[in-house]
This record gives sequence, structure tokens and C-alpha cells, in this order.
Amino acid sequence: MDDNTKNLIQSHIDTNEVCLFMKGTPDAPQCGFSMAVSNMLKILEVNYKGINVLESQTLREGIKEFSDWPTIPQVYVKGEFVGGCDIVKEMYENGELQKKLELKGINFKKKD
Amino acid sequence: MAMDIKEIETLIKEAMPDATIEIQDLAGDSNHYSATITSSKFSGKSKIEQHKMVYNSLKGKMGNELHALAIKTKEQ
Repeated sequence: MDDNTKNLIQSHIDTNEVCLFMKGTPDAPQCGFSMAVSNMLKILEVNYKGINVLESQTLREGIKEFSDWPTIPQVYVKGEFVGGCDIVKEMYENGELQKKLELKGINFKKKD
Repeated sequence: MAMDIKEIETLIKEAMPDATIEIQDLAGDSNHYSATITSSKFSGKSKIEQHKMVYNSLKGKMGNELHALAIKTKEQ
């Protein structure tokens, strides 16, 4: 991965509290797994930035190396890699994701 | 680009001999799978570490030959 790609990824993570590296956009996901994570964040009303890795082959490969994680989507919360679709889904279902957001001071919709 | 269930199972078994592995072909296309893996090797590790262990056992095939493998890990 070249420095430009690395810096670009780092700046996305630094400037957005919740970052979702995904295939497609939150409004038009191009992959079921990306859509699933995007939907969970939407349901929780988390203000997140979706970054479409399909727009750049270097970004698509770079994020895998950056996180040492072979698949997309990938979620970062305040600079911490939280996981891909399976982990985030599991955390969403057992409430750990909500706990993590709370702990990190991220606004989200709590259950009534 | 596809892998059969046996191949996935063999690779995971090599890395984690004590693992119990259940794999489902989700779409019937040998390219979208779901795997539940139970192993004592997961104990004391974070979910990210556990999933990385599974990815590593697949020796770089994940994201390449293998398009989609939903993973669920359980500690024994």
C-alpha cells in the first residue's frame, strides 16, 4: 500500500467518528453484507460516513491491508476497528454494539 | 472462482484440529457460505482475533477464491 492510500484511510478514520468502508453507498449498497451493516447503523440512527471502496481499486485493496482484515465491509468507531459484517451483526444482536457506541460517546437511538 | 465445502473444512481443521465445523452453502453456488466453528483455541480471544484465526487458516483464499463466508465462532 502506498503512503497516499494509507494517509487517505487514516484521514477518513480520524475525521469521522463512525466510518463504514463498504461496497457502494449507504443509499445504494452494492453488496448484501455492506447493506446489512449500513442498515444496522441506520436503525440505530448513528451518524456515520460511508466510504465506497468500489470507487478506487487501491482503496479497496488498501483497507484490507490497513486493517489486516480480508473482507469488506469494515467498521471503525473513533479510530478503533470494530469488525466486519458478522461481528457487527452479532454485536448488534447481543447489545455489545450499543454498549460500545455508548462507551465511545457516539449518539445513537436507544430502545424506548 | 469457488471452493467446495470439503476444502474449506479441511483448511480450518488443519489449523484447528479440535474444531467442530458446520458449513452451509447459502446460495447453492459454491461461493456463498456460512460457517459455525467451535474450538477451544478461541478461548480468551476477542471476536476479531477469532475471526482472523479462521481467515488465516484459509490461507489468503478469503476474499479471493472464496467470495463470501459468514463466520460465527464459539468457544468450547
